[in-house]
Amino acid sequence: MAAVPPTAQVVVVGAGIVGNSLCWHLANLGWTDIVQLDKGPLPNPGGSTGHASNFIFTVDHSRENADITADSVRQYQELGVFTRSGGIEVARTEERMEELRRRMSSSRAWGIESRILSPAEVAELVPFLDPSVIVGGFYTPEVGVVDSLRAGTIMRERAQDKGALTVVPNTEVTGMIVHNGAIEGVRTAQGDIRAGTVVIACGVWSPQVARMAGARIPLTPAVHQMISVGPIAVLAEQPGEISFPIVRDMDTFCYERQHGSDMEVGSYAHRAILCEPEDIPTIEQAKLSPTELPFTVEDFDPQLEQALELMPEILGDTKAEIRYAINGLLSLTVDGFPILGETPEVKGLWSCAAVWIKEGPGTGRAVAELMTRGWSDIDISHSDIARFYGHHRTREQVRARTSESFIKTYGIVHPSEQYLSARELRLSPMNTAEKELGAVFFEIAGWERPHWYASNEKLLGDYGDAVMPREHEWDSRWWSTIINAEHLAMRERAAMVDLTAFSIFDVAGPKAMEAVQRIIVAQADVPVGRVIYTPALDDHGGLRADLTVMRLTNDRYRVVTGGAHGMADKKWFADHLPADGRAQLTDLTSAFTTIGLWGPRAIDVLGSLTEDDISKQGLRFGTCREIDVGNLSVLASRISYVGEFGWELYVPTEYGAALWQRLYEAGQPHGLVPAGIGVYGTTGRIEKGYRAYGAELDSERTLFDVGMERKKLKDADFIGRAAYEEQAKAVPQTVLCSLTVDDHTSRSGVKRYMLGGEPVLASDGSLLTDGHGRHPYVTSAGSAPSLGAHVLMAFLPPEQAQLGTRLAVSYMEELFPVTVAATDATPLFDPENARIRG
Amino acid sequence: MANVLVCIKRVPDSSSELVLTDDGQSVDARHVGYTVSPHEECAVELAVQIAAATGGSATVLTLGPAEALEQLRDAIAVGCSAAVLIEADADRYGASDVADAIADLVQSHEAQGKPYDLVLLGNDAADTGDFQVGVRLGYALDRPVVTGMSTVELSADTFVARGDGLDGTRVFEVAAPAVVTIMEGGVTPRYPSIPGRMRAKRTAVETVTPIRKPTGSGRVRLKLPPVQPSSVQILGEGPTAAPAVVDLLMELGVLSR
Repeated sequence: MAAVPPTAQVVVVGAGIVGNSLCWHLANLGWTDIVQLDKGPLPNPGGSTGHASNFIFTVDHSRENADITADSVRQYQELGVFTRSGGIEVARTEERMEELRRRMSSSRAWGIESRILSPAEVAELVPFLDPSVIVGGFYTPEVGVVDSLRAGTIMRERAQDKGALTVVPNTEVTGMIVHNGAIEGVRTAQGDIRAGTVVIACGVWSPQVARMAGARIPLTPAVHQMISVGPIAVLAEQPGEISFPIVRDMDTFCYERQHGSDMEVGSYAHRAILCEPEDIPTIEQAKLSPTELPFTVEDFDPQLEQALELMPEILGDTKAEIRYAINGLLSLTVDGFPILGETPEVKGLWSCAAVWIKEGPGTGRAVAELMTRGWSDIDISHSDIARFYGHHRTREQVRARTSESFIKTYGIVHPSEQYLSARELRLSPMNTAEKELGAVFFEIAGWERPHWYASNEKLLGDYGDAVMPREHEWDSRWWSTIINAEHLAMRERAAMVDLTAFSIFDVAGPKAMEAVQRIIVAQADVPVGRVIYTPALDDHGGLRADLTVMRLTNDRYRVVTGGAHGMADKKWFADHLPADGRAQLTDLTSAFTTIGLWGPRAIDVLGSLTEDDISKQGLRFGTCREIDVGNLSVLASRISYVGEFGWELYVPTEYGAALWQRLYEAGQPHGLVPAGIGVYGTTGRIEKGYRAYGAELDSERTLFDVGMERKKLKDADFIGRAAYEEQAKAVPQTVLCSLTVDDHTSRSGVKRYMLGGEPVLASDGSLLTDGHGRHPYVTSAGSAPSLGAHVLMAFLPPEQAQLGTRLAVSYMEELFPVTVAATDATPLFDPENARIRG
Repeated sequence: MANVLVCIKRVPDSSSELVLTDDGQSVDARHVGYTVSPHEECAVELAVQIAAATGGSATVLTLGPAEALEQLRDAIAVGCSAAVLIEADADRYGASDVADAIADLVQSHEAQGKPYDLVLLGNDAADTGDFQVGVRLGYALDRPVVTGMSTVELSADTFVARGDGLDGTRVFEVAAPAVVTIMEGGVTPRYPSIPGRMRAKRTAVETVTPIRKPTGSGRVRLKLPPVQPSSVQILGEGPTAAPAVVDLLMELGVLSR
């Protein structure tokens, strides 16, 4: 057994599937002195990997999850531990069948072979399933099972064979050595290890280990119940571990998976049973392993009944006994995504936690790539540990959200579905006024943001069918025609939008200009008072951020970015400031509130409140200046994300309610309406072809992919410049286009409206593939009320990216004709941008 | 036909390191859950087998808190057809209190026309280990009692009980009605089937309140024995270790040549 070495290049804590995968990929990427610790014995140290059901369903609505899973499957196959069994998600209700059709959309979008089966076809593949209980199934032949413990062993051994890895099992981490905000090593029961990089990859124990360093990994251990029933003759007579497709009984939140002569039945239906990290037993205290807790039969009984309904013949056999039953612990997070990346609190301390078997090897590779070169082949920004705000890191928040989301594991989750728990947390200063206006709030990063206002219902009469009503309940869930009415009122007159959820931070100091210049693509050396709209790239030329920067003084820049990505952007800036401290970052998110005021009458509204020159010459597009709005001092920035003349108006938070009220009152004679994020984030944006980070923009995309290449590059160097220059020489592989839906009528006669994520196909339904090997899918979808069209955005292969090309979008397993309407960033509405200029 | 009553006790699972509650009065079962002793699992199995073989019935009984329903239902799931919970704080009950409570129940059932031909118990409780309830119950009911048996069968009107003795197998023939305590090893307890679990959920459990006040066992507090140092012997590494593993498995009786 290896002793604890005194030093290491990197220490990986944890020898589950993720830690093992990470060690191998680090070794493969050139790390030479890796030490892996686990408090348990090998090959099964007692974490969640050891009791996993080890099956992999590959289709997921999230592209990030689907891509990481696909990479994991490839790795498991290469390791020789993958057995293909096929998998079927069965529906007991028509509502679920619709969800299975949506899964077909995702499956086509990610290029995974799947098909819808009739009950009889399901029973042909799974002869012991009662077809009368179901209405259909969604079959993915490439689904399979893996031996995750064996995979881990092989990956460790490969790293050891390279001479890069020392494995030290049975050794518990007792502390972390942190100095000046940076990790310097790990304390163990067998001695200290000095290391400049440490990765916490120990699943349910990660929160406690992170706490030793003063960092937070906000996950909670939660129970997943599973039993194993056997021997079952029809299973026992088949060779090998698995011969029948795995069945997910979606409406009962249950799965049935053959394991040799036994059938494993697992459940996600019972009440969420959470466990505090401190309450996990030690190896000595545990009956089986620390993550296999005593089975609580009363929680599982309802599931047994449902499983029995589905497979009466084999599960009803009195000779088939429940031979193993556990409450297995796994990790849950506030938003269902893993927690990956360098912790914002401690330099050099990384998290690689809350990862499931199906994502283990892919995640290990992606995080190893991030650690080694600063970018990963697969964008994992949804899982970035830097995404969390303070409240996300609290136990209460994690408990509330995971309790609510546990049953969403197999649930039918609408893409716009809102959480109901832990709401009313971050309230803008205008919140009370907004409630009086009947605001319908959606949550982003803890903020309550009006999505539309019930008080604007009166506008519906003004616009008739121009508000593009949607007759299907699913298409109109978490949506309202009022959004489109607000949009039309804005284009006709003016609208005010609460933008308090912006993340705002200043970069200031003698070297502020040099620092910002290096981080952003656009020219930062601009006159004071200029507003710069710019992307930021990683070294690979992938899109890291998309934001605006105001030069307020010679040595102060104010960065404004979306709430969802704000914390990650902040860390990106902070990580790239000069080491000598001569440019400092200050988070001002809570210090300022922002109100957007736009539309042809916006100038009349603001003009009635100020004596300053806010004319188009007086405050030019792309500039900002402090103005007096009565006795309020307001920073007015003349930019727009909705394609109209107007401003983002910034005031210290405590003045926000006053500014809102004055604008609202002054606006009434001009027909001003309050408008929600439905307009700001979707309708206004999509008519203008503006790209959104997280939808069109991510680190897998280049500026050329998204049609945001620069007319002229600045002279100064910036992160990603070399890569950008290489990309400029290459032939385009994919083109971000806007498309309009030509006919919404489905076979039943009901008009359907896509919501995003659907595959874009050739008119005959055949698959398209771009130069990156990706298949086109809808990155954003929404009404364009001023065009009277439903607009989709998608990356198309260059051959199809021609104006007027007729294609099809697949929605709920029907094809709808679409036409390419823009092949670059040219807006569909007001392509000359005359309205913004005023 | 034999109607069998089998008595079990809800106890913390003790197969791993024991943790006591702060007051030292009981074992903290948070990490391990509750179970019954292996002796009692075998007694339940025997009760179910005798009931099936003779066309009789197997009724399971426990004295304990409402949570002990879990253990009663586990026994129904493997074949008992009725269950009785004597709801009481078992920690306040000494061995003679428990024997009296069971005897009261047996007599009450007999008065209701539900006599038991055989009462089975575990040889000793997994937690208190006082080896007394079976013998005291025999006296209380004025029935023959045999302890430490591995199997029991009904032959005509006589129960034949077998158990390991110092020099071989001890065989007792006892006239019904009788009391027998069971040592594990004679039968292999079955696991529940899914239909069994469904039945356990549906079966009504009779809950009774004890008619006498317990006098107690006089327990002061529980203390853990000193931790026995464990030693690990590494048999070897890789394929060359295989013969040593085989030898060890044979020595343990897991494999036979």
